[in-house]
Amino acid sequence: MASWVPPRWLRPVVFAVSLIPAVWVIYGLASDFFNGTRLLGSNPIKEAEHFTGKWVLRFLMFTLAVTPIRQTLGWNWLQKYRRMLGLFAFFYATLHLSIYFFLDLELVWGDLWADIVKRPYITIGMATFVLLVPLAVTSTAKMVKRLGGKRWAALHRTIYVVVVLGTVHFWMAVKRDITLPLIFALIFAFLLGYRVVAARKRARVRSARAAGNEEAAASTTGGGQPRFPVPGSRFPAP
Amino acid sequence: MLIKKRDDIKSSEITPESLYCDRREFLRAAGLLGIATATVSAGALARAASAHAAQGQELKDELTPFEDVTTYNNFYEFGTDKAEPAENSKGFKTKPWTVRVEGMVNKPAAYAIEDFIKPSKLEERVYRHRCVEGWSMVIPWMGFPISDLINRVQPLASAKYIEFQTLHDPKQMPGQRSPVLNWPYTEGLRIDEGMHPLAIFAVGLYGKTLLPQNGAPLRTVIPWKYGFKATKSIVRIRFTDKQPRTAWNDAAPNEYGFFANVNPEVDHPRWSQARERRIGEFRKRPTLMLNGYADQVGRLYSGLDLRKNY
Repeated sequence: MASWVPPRWLRPVVFAVSLIPAVWVIYGLASDFFNGTRLLGSNPIKEAEHFTGKWVLRFLMFTLAVTPIRQTLGWNWLQKYRRMLGLFAFFYATLHLSIYFFLDLELVWGDLWADIVKRPYITIGMATFVLLVPLAVTSTAKMVKRLGGKRWAALHRTIYVVVVLGTVHFWMAVKRDITLPLIFALIFAFLLGYRVVAARKRARVRSARAAGNEEAAASTTGGGQPRFPVPGSRFPAP
Repeated sequence: MLIKKRDDIKSSEITPESLYCDRREFLRAAGLLGIATATVSAGALARAASAHAAQGQELKDELTPFEDVTTYNNFYEFGTDKAEPAENSKGFKTKPWTVRVEGMVNKPAAYAIEDFIKPSKLEERVYRHRCVEGWSMVIPWMGFPISDLINRVQPLASAKYIEFQTLHDPKQMPGQRSPVLNWPYTEGLRIDEGMHPLAIFAVGLYGKTLLPQNGAPLRTVIPWKYGFKATKSIVRIRFTDKQPRTAWNDAAPNEYGFFANVNPEVDHPRWSQARERRIGEFRKRPTLMLNGYADQVGRLYSGLDLRKNY
């Protein structure tokens, strides 16, 4: 399984599938306003805002799920899709912000500023987006090389802050029913918790190795799935 | 402060002030029934022109389609998503239905819904409906003034407030199975607000009996206040001398006050209330003071700091 190579058509298919929500929401907005349909319900702009916001969190979730799945199931080929998934999170964040600013606030800069300054959930939402920008910019293989693997990985750990802030933003934005934000919070808690546990294990292995106890080290890694380097990967795991 | 006249002239025989104040709406309602269509559009144009002359644009108050009015609802008893009330309220039992009037009144009573409505003359009222979330509609309600009831049951002079309560029945109302709000939904008005001719009990809309998602069989409509001030599927009306606790005020006191008057100058802590999106329109429009009913109801709040009493 670890050596499975995905067919060549998989990448364009994943790309196309990831675009479906965006195509749907843009088509829905246009159709609702020009043809009087109700594809996005009675309040299409609000619906588009909420819809794209949730897709940001979903793509962040997919992105953060890559490493745990790879390490526990050995699906190393997934690594090659992590960049695309992360960039889709950024793409939906841009769409979300654009709908908010262009269609909801109708390009009124004063309102945008008032929202950012006066309303904590907007402040947090904007901060989330701002933190995503450097991650998107440095997502290329070239940038990894330029920054060096360690520094690149350190920078991209910002994603952990991004998911926390993004979830807080969603939580604060809902009026009363927190079911959905709670579900996202639990999933992210699991994905981040996994990393904490994995880091602790690595630390234990290191100290065991330092003590010269190779056997104990092997047993704590649970069969020794190869972690570094990932075959075929240009990216270090953060 | 209470009007206690039980005179020879029945209130239903007097041309209600609301009818006078809302003559344009009345004309529009008439137009709905296929009468005087030409007059209607003239009236609507005139009003739009006067209300929005400052913006230099003609904003009409066109009726929001029935489809939107009945599928885009905040009725948390049937779910918190806007589409859920219409889906989850199918089969909601509104017969038999009892409305209890109690508290500080001379004539407390339990009415069968038919008897509750019967003494009043139903009229059509076309009202703007502004949700605290920033969207709005225009809805042709069918109902009668709350003052009809107040006059009928004769509150004591010491009574200052009316409290309205929604049915509590988690079997029929799945939303009540989780503590999203402090069930049953409770709202209230000062008695003088309830006496205002614009404040009505609605039993229908678009000339049809109210659908469950809109608060069947009986709801209040207070057009100058945010939508959450209305109480749907009412089973209890209580007169009291203390300001009633209200559902949204319980949930978030800094966001939802007792008065909840539509006010473009007082922001919700999480968003501006200066503008609103009329359902079905692409661009936002300015929100009007007291939802455009300032001339009629402004006097109720003279001397009251609306910023503090949001």
